[in-house]
Amino acid sequence: MQKNVNVEMIDKENRSAVMVLELMVNNHPGVMSHICGLFSRRAYNLEGIVCMPIGAGELSRMWLQVNEELKLEQVIKQVQKLPDVVSVARHAAGHPVFSGLAAFM
Amino acid sequence: MYTMNGAQLIIKMLERQGVELIAGIPGGANLPLYDALFASSAIKHILCRHEQGAGFLAQGISRSTGKAAVCFATSGPGATNILTAIADAYLDSIPVVCITGQVPASLIGTDAFQEVDTYGMSIPVTKHNNLVRSVTDLLYIIPKAFELALSGRPGPVLIDVPKDIQTAMISFLKWPQPGCCLEQKPTDSSQLAMAAEMINTAKRPILCLGGGIIHAGASEAARALIEKSSIPATMTLMGLGALAADHPLSLGMLGMHAARSTNMALQHCDLFIAAGARFDDRATGKIVEFCPEARVIHMDIDPSELSKLKTAHIALAGDVKESLHALLPTLEPNGRKIWRNYIEVLQEMYPLTSPEAVVPEKPYGLILKISELLQENGFVATDVGKHQMWTAQVFPFTRPRQLLTSGGLGTMGFGLPAAIGAALAFPDRQVVLFTGDGSLQMNIQELATAVEQQVNVKIIVMNNKSLGLVRQQQNLFYQKQYFACDFQIDIDFAAIAKGFGMKAFNAEPGCNVAELLSVILTQPGPCLINVPVGVEEEVYPMVPPGASNSIMLGGCNAEKCKC
Repeated sequence: MQKNVNVEMIDKENRSAVMVLELMVNNHPGVMSHICGLFSRRAYNLEGIVCMPIGAGELSRMWLQVNEELKLEQVIKQVQKLPDVVSVARHAAGHPVFSGLAAFM
Repeated sequence: MYTMNGAQLIIKMLERQGVELIAGIPGGANLPLYDALFASSAIKHILCRHEQGAGFLAQGISRSTGKAAVCFATSGPGATNILTAIADAYLDSIPVVCITGQVPASLIGTDAFQEVDTYGMSIPVTKHNNLVRSVTDLLYIIPKAFELALSGRPGPVLIDVPKDIQTAMISFLKWPQPGCCLEQKPTDSSQLAMAAEMINTAKRPILCLGGGIIHAGASEAARALIEKSSIPATMTLMGLGALAADHPLSLGMLGMHAARSTNMALQHCDLFIAAGARFDDRATGKIVEFCPEARVIHMDIDPSELSKLKTAHIALAGDVKESLHALLPTLEPNGRKIWRNYIEVLQEMYPLTSPEAVVPEKPYGLILKISELLQENGFVATDVGKHQMWTAQVFPFTRPRQLLTSGGLGTMGFGLPAAIGAALAFPDRQVVLFTGDGSLQMNIQELATAVEQQVNVKIIVMNNKSLGLVRQQQNLFYQKQYFACDFQIDIDFAAIAKGFGMKAFNAEPGCNVAELLSVILTQPGPCLINVPVGVEEEVYPMVPPGASNSIMLGGCNAEKCKC
């Protein structure tokens, strides 16, 4: 509850709590369930998700648009804990993956 | 070149892992596994009567030995039944490898007979899980499951194996290495130096030992630190036994049912050192009011626990045993006379028990009597409820892994199968189970397993004919409106146990309970004793759920303490 109040405050001040996480993950049919399940059961706000296989298809790259300021560190630690997650990098909001997709909306 | 089917490969790899016991129940989708298990002379299968019992039995093995234990269930209802025990293992960080049968890969997604999405359902309650898609993947998945279960923060791993993968043939040249616990990155040395400085300058420190101390085998390291720097130490439910209860610096358990003096001391500490503990709400009470004057040092092998609930001034990510070892030489010996004296005064003013409460006819007295009779190397299992809290409060635990209890998930029905598991892992030792009439009924079918295996488990049913802790909350917080907590029939547990072929006794009112207990504890094999407990006997003191630990209700010195 308090989390949402804070997020609204941040929006009012015209500062964004939105971040983009870029993950490298093992590519198998269950990996999306693992990532999405983590966000839903820990009540983290996940606003957008893009996932594509890379290379020979052993790995996938995944971009997550996350709306969490207070819990961001916690979100990243939890994501890093998943055995299927190979690496995590963070980017500011407005990553071209999502701004490019916005053209289709 | 080795050639065999998937099921045989799994059993062989389990043998190579050193697995000696598997608890489980066969069914349509895991019959190839059982066919392969029949041929194994190294592994003994324990047939349970419900898959939840099998999961808890494996937990009993794992909790008592520290090794990863294995359980089997079939697809569909077998899998759903075992998930409660897996979730329980997840919340208490217990290494369990659960292998479930699944319908053949060609039928997955067709709503086939006994098909459920075991993979999807087990994601949130396992450390990791797999749906095996090819028989060759088993060569990697099985050792990896043990590695994941044991490494870092331990936890359960589930492997769902479709039936056609179990029967598919595989040829391979070389066995994979068995999975084992991986070494951790060392704890950050600059953070360690800052932690030592903070401990050395603290006036009123308290160390809190959690289940992580037991998983890490760090109780000796913790004791050395406690004694060198005279740091009073409390324990979470999962940490009980990490420091002997009779140690002069032991404060016993903290939190909802702690001794008043322990929670009061915590309210006044200026440094709270959490070692392998995760700030569970049953331990901290209302978190913003927990240790309000204290700085916090948090040691945990799982970085995501650090500052999850309470911001740590110093976060030591790493193996808690290594962190404690590294801290020890940097600590200055310190008697902390004033602080220890302050705590001693609190302990004298607010004792947990009273002389009237420790007679053998009362719950505390019964537990203490058994503690006198139990062999030093024996185990104590509990179920979940009043009996569990009374045991946690007064049983003088002396060593890690002595107590087997469901902490995080608080699963009624845990105790009997877990006690059987410990007894199977240590056939020469005594196991005492404290249970309640409510909890026992939740996995009572495992009495059959106990008799079949002739395990040395003594079951003490503390029978108040009710769901005691529910009743206590209705008494305290729901205007004594007792509803759905009192059982309306008298159950003759001794007769039930005898029906399963178990020796059983009833402690009739007026009988000599102490004498009866000493008789049953000296006999080999399983035995049940039903002991009536007054329904009005409550677990005190009690912090109301959601309240600060400074608010403690009831107990023998409640009137002295207006806080």
